[in-house]
Amino acid sequence: MTSTTTAFDTARAEGRAALIGYLPAGYPSVDGSIKALLTMVEAGCDAIEIGLPYSDPVMDGPTIQAAAQAALDAGVRTADVLKVVEAVAATGVPTLVMTYWNPIERYGVERWAADLAAAGGAGLITPDITPDHGGAWVEAADAHGLDKVFLVAPSSTDERVEMTAASSRGFVYAAAVMGVTGARDATSDLAGPLVRRVRAAGDVPVAVGIGVSNGDQAAEVAAYADGVIVGSAFVRCLLDHAGDEAAGLEALRALTTDLAQGVRRGAR
Amino acid sequence: MSQQTTRPAQRTKYDADERGYFGETWGGRFMPEALVAALDELTEAWQDAMADAAFVSEFERVLRDYAGIPSRLYHAERLSAKVGARVLLKREDLNHTGAHKIRNVMGQALLTKRMGKTRVIAETGAGQHGVASATAAAWFDLDCTVYMGAVDTRRQALNVARMQLLGAKVVPVESGSATLKDAINEALRDWVASVDHTAYLFGTAAGPHPFPSMVRDFCRGIGDEARAQCLEQYGVLPDAVAACVGGGSNAIGLFTAFLEDEGVEIHGFEPGGDGVETGRHAATIHAGEAGVLHGARTFVLQDEDGQTVESHSISAGLDYPGVGPQHSWLAAAGRATYTPVTDAEAMDAMAMLSRTEGIIPAIESAHAIAGALEVARRLGEEKGPDATVIINLSGRGDKDMGTAIEWFGLGDAEEGPEADLEQTERVTQQ
Repeated sequence: MTSTTTAFDTARAEGRAALIGYLPAGYPSVDGSIKALLTMVEAGCDAIEIGLPYSDPVMDGPTIQAAAQAALDAGVRTADVLKVVEAVAATGVPTLVMTYWNPIERYGVERWAADLAAAGGAGLITPDITPDHGGAWVEAADAHGLDKVFLVAPSSTDERVEMTAASSRGFVYAAAVMGVTGARDATSDLAGPLVRRVRAAGDVPVAVGIGVSNGDQAAEVAAYADGVIVGSAFVRCLLDHAGDEAAGLEALRALTTDLAQGVRRGAR
Repeated sequence: MSQQTTRPAQRTKYDADERGYFGETWGGRFMPEALVAALDELTEAWQDAMADAAFVSEFERVLRDYAGIPSRLYHAERLSAKVGARVLLKREDLNHTGAHKIRNVMGQALLTKRMGKTRVIAETGAGQHGVASATAAAWFDLDCTVYMGAVDTRRQALNVARMQLLGAKVVPVESGSATLKDAINEALRDWVASVDHTAYLFGTAAGPHPFPSMVRDFCRGIGDEARAQCLEQYGVLPDAVAACVGGGSNAIGLFTAFLEDEGVEIHGFEPGGDGVETGRHAATIHAGEAGVLHGARTFVLQDEDGQTVESHSISAGLDYPGVGPQHSWLAAAGRATYTPVTDAEAMDAMAMLSRTEGIIPAIESAHAIAGALEVARRLGEEKGPDATVIINLSGRGDKDMGTAIEWFGLGDAEEGPEADLEQTERVTQQ
């Protein structure tokens, strides 16, 4: 039992899905990203994903790429990400880091796991590590009691869905579409069957991400998933109000409120 | 000569294991789950095809009739006299489209057809792999999209036009540093969304399993042919083989046949740019550190935080901050030696080969020439004039004339070129 699964249990007890919000650390600045994430926590996110900006983010669409690149250009470092984790985790909300693999390997997998745990972080979401190639991370995560959130995709075979569900702790991240991160007009019809396949494979919670950007879409997904993950739409709030912190935070608060209402509307 | 272009050999200690790891550490598959099913499908199709005599024979027929392969192994007598050893050039520059890359794309496109996919995507730096991919797509009637860094589309307008003439769509990539590595990222993003009907024709022996081994298989004819040609023409194995290494497809294509010939020295020459000490280079093995880039654990040019660092080379085809994982393993295992060659040394070698043999090499290949002549000179001193060195002349230099004009001050008929023979002598006397 980790803080993340507790958050899912709480949401389930309330008859709703959990809302998980994403922003990259360091955009528009380290402090700015902390303020933004705290706003999302206050307005109703049940768990937080903090992106570790990386030079070669192959699973991210233009919105997240732009913010992550700006953070790198402003000089954000891996150690800064841990500062952001610490500030957000202090609220008591489960706080995960979403990261491509090389920065972790470079930092030192064991050292990273220890420092993440010390900062209060709940675990990692790893878009370019699958359980069958993630031995070092699995070992370090187990040693430090951290969540290991792996992804499944509509293209995953049943065998791989089972393997991934069995290897994940915290939740399983179900990619709703075949594609990279970014808001889409319609929710995916691939996500529902994928969630059912993960459910059949074990009792780890399943959260759906990629493409959800408003309360109505969140309600649709909440009807069949344990959690709804929103990233690009939050990032868009900050990008659209670059240079105007108050307006950016206000937009984040409004979007979080809309999404939090959405996950409560989804028929369970 | 023997046709062993693509026969899968028994797995040796230099090959990857079933999961794509070389030496248990290098390579692997660090990729989004969304692509794993496609990579598994590709692995199965590739292994199945390589075990199918009909596929192998069709691949050889296409290379022979369409691309002019096997390429010749040419005894460069004037060059040999200069260095005091027998220098043999593997003339991949004479292949259709002007480089070894036609082998890889024809192999992958043939596999694409076999798998029933209708569209191919590719990344390209200078445009050579893009042109080769567009060529293969035209020949096999496949829809083709090529991702190219926006910086490169501006630098290489001629190659953009060639791809377009061949029927490909060229997409400029503005993200990141807008160069080759970002073109790879963008092609991967396309592939995540299109994988059910699209094949990714990866341009080098890098990336996630099975690409390093599959591209190696399609390029290994270079070395298989050269080994047989050398034995047939001279009755001996070479004392050394040499190639330039960016991502490393031409090099691994040459090296593979010789890995178990323990008496044969294997030399890779990396782009040293302005000099490794300046930080402006692409000598990934020599100066990089182990990391994960584009799906494989390999040597990577990276900063303290594991962010990829931009590489620099006068040769766009070598300008990549990673390298094929099998090269990392060959370096770690001590089977091959990787040495940087600077821009200036490569350009000197380009001029020297042009004037000595009447062959204008690609700047990529000029790195191999520059480095290998040092090896040849040493071997000549140690073993006498029969010491034999095979250099992979991986491509021709037509595409590089813009760079040559600028570097040497050519093109003005009124004034002589600044690259006089004195300069070229310097190369051969170092």
